[in-house]
Amino acid sequence: MTSRETRTLVIAVILFGLAALLPFSGNGYYISIGVTIAMYVVLSTSWALFSGPTHYISLATAAFYGLGTMIVATGIEMVPYVVLLLISAVAGAVMAALVGLATLRLSGVYFVIFTLGLAEMIRQLVSWLQNNLGGSRGLYVLTDLTEEHIYWELLALAGFVFLIGWWIGRSRLGFAMRIIGNDETVAAHCGINTARSKILLFMVSGMVAALVGALLAPRWTYIEPNIAFSPLLSFEVVIMALLGGTKRLWGPLVGVIPFTILLEVIEANYPSQTILVLGIAFLLIVYLVPHGVVGRLEQSFAKFRKGGN
Amino acid sequence: MASGKTVLSVRGVTKQFGGLTAVDHVDFDVHEHEVVGIIGPNGSGKTTMMNLISGALKLTAGQITLQGSRISGLSAQDINRRGVSRTFQLVKMLPTLTVIENVMAGAVFGHKRRWGYEAEDFAHQMLNKVGIDSLANAPVSSLTYIDQKRLELARCLASEPEILLLDEWLAGLNPTELTTGIELIKTLRSEGRTVILVEHVMDAIRSLCDNCVVMNTGQKIAQGSPAKVLSDPEVIRAYLGDDDA
Ligand SMILES: Nc1ncnc2c1ncn2[C@@H]1O[C@H](COP(=O)(O)OP(=O)(O)OP(=O)(O)O)[C@@H](O)[C@H]1O
Ligand SMILES: [Mg+2]
Repeated sequence: MTSRETRTLVIAVILFGLAALLPFSGNGYYISIGVTIAMYVVLSTSWALFSGPTHYISLATAAFYGLGTMIVATGIEMVPYVVLLLISAVAGAVMAALVGLATLRLSGVYFVIFTLGLAEMIRQLVSWLQNNLGGSRGLYVLTDLTEEHIYWELLALAGFVFLIGWWIGRSRLGFAMRIIGNDETVAAHCGINTARSKILLFMVSGMVAALVGALLAPRWTYIEPNIAFSPLLSFEVVIMALLGGTKRLWGPLVGVIPFTILLEVIEANYPSQTILVLGIAFLLIVYLVPHGVVGRLEQSFAKFRKGGN
Repeated sequence: MASGKTVLSVRGVTKQFGGLTAVDHVDFDVHEHEVVGIIGPNGSGKTTMMNLISGALKLTAGQITLQGSRISGLSAQDINRRGVSRTFQLVKMLPTLTVIENVMAGAVFGHKRRWGYEAEDFAHQMLNKVGIDSLANAPVSSLTYIDQKRLELARCLASEPEILLLDEWLAGLNPTELTTGIELIKTLRSEGRTVILVEHVMDAIRSLCDNCVVMNTGQKIAQGSPAKVLSDPEVIRAYLGDDDA
């Protein structure tokens, strides 16, 4: 490990430790925002693991997330929660592999549309199953888990995602992804199995999103497919990741925190305008910070250093 | 000359794009340590032939074998792993990677695979061979045109291919660069590498190739030593056009 990596690791552990203290504030409102932020951090960081290097915009987050939520909601009466978490993770990875096999050979545009449709398709499927196999549309998830627990669970998952991201970054897979992101033809002619590399990363991303859905299921208590598969979630995750920047592992984190707080304020004051604000935010990001806040900061920093010399 | 083992064998290879037959029943062999030139007028199917060998395009008919086993039908990455490495007519870089990382791309995933320091070491050796090791940590955008071409060559060499495909590697170089470029390919030749090169530069063909395949409108119209094919009346007609012959 280089000294620079050690320093990054130490800083990361300290920040992580500080974040873990939040529930001790005893302030329910802060804890609630903490859960939301932790959720978006995990989702957008794992989204960027795949979409950052490949430039494939995935709108499937809601599909994976909803899958995890519905697995927990369906099984909570019969199966231990921990087992449901495992099932969700595996189901997310399997679904990502299937979607990947079906679409990643195609060009990016088809991929975007397919992933957008996926959440809707699965929502319809779940509703149909519920209607035809009996049972009500809504399901109760009653556990002893409090917001504090959910927060810590998400934080642990965030730590896991950062570790995986760091490990991928220094692995052959990470190197392959950087080459694929530059030029897929060259990648293939260098001997890289481009489809397999992309599918592997998409599976990581899908697994994590499904796990987030499963972890959050106890928060809502009452779950309906319409809530679990909200397409808005997919867009929010993309916007936050792009706002922060996808070139660095911690880029999305920088986008999530201000954006969640902004969303919180808007939802509290102008509940019907949320989508409008999301749309405007998206336009602003694309025009003003195409490489994200982190990319912008790094550019300015490089300029500053040049100017200083 | 061509006494070594057959490395690559092209049999009845055909490629159609809709109604256009870009490569039409072409046969030839490439032997170990041999430098084979594919020449022919613009649009005669040379690049398409390279694309078929490297797996960038699928054959319409025919068969290509590498060291006796069939490679036609495999994906580009599998063909590369078996030992076919190529440059592109329009040079292809990996712009967000540094020079050394560009070369490591070949060393890490190609025919002979390396990782970590070993890959980096080997990549430096390849940069040294093509003469740009001093630029190892530079961004690709700072390279001159010939250095980009050298870099692409180094990336190919880094996988230690069984056969190297160079598509107009010398095109677009100025006269001084051209001399350097020809010298560089001569060193590859003297190392005993097996190479197919597509070229328009006649001096290069004469001094570098053991054997030439001449293509015109997708068909092979002549084959033999450069001196022989370049004096072949049919070849001259193909290059100059029927009116001038
Ligand atoms: N992907 C493609 N789709 C359709 N037609 C193609 C394609 N690639 C090549 N062709 C056509 O096939 C013919 C042969 O092209 P090719 O690029 O192989 O020629 P070339 O000998 O390499 O020419 P040049 O010397 O100009 O590089 C041309 O008529 C070209 O227009
Ligand atoms: Mg060509």
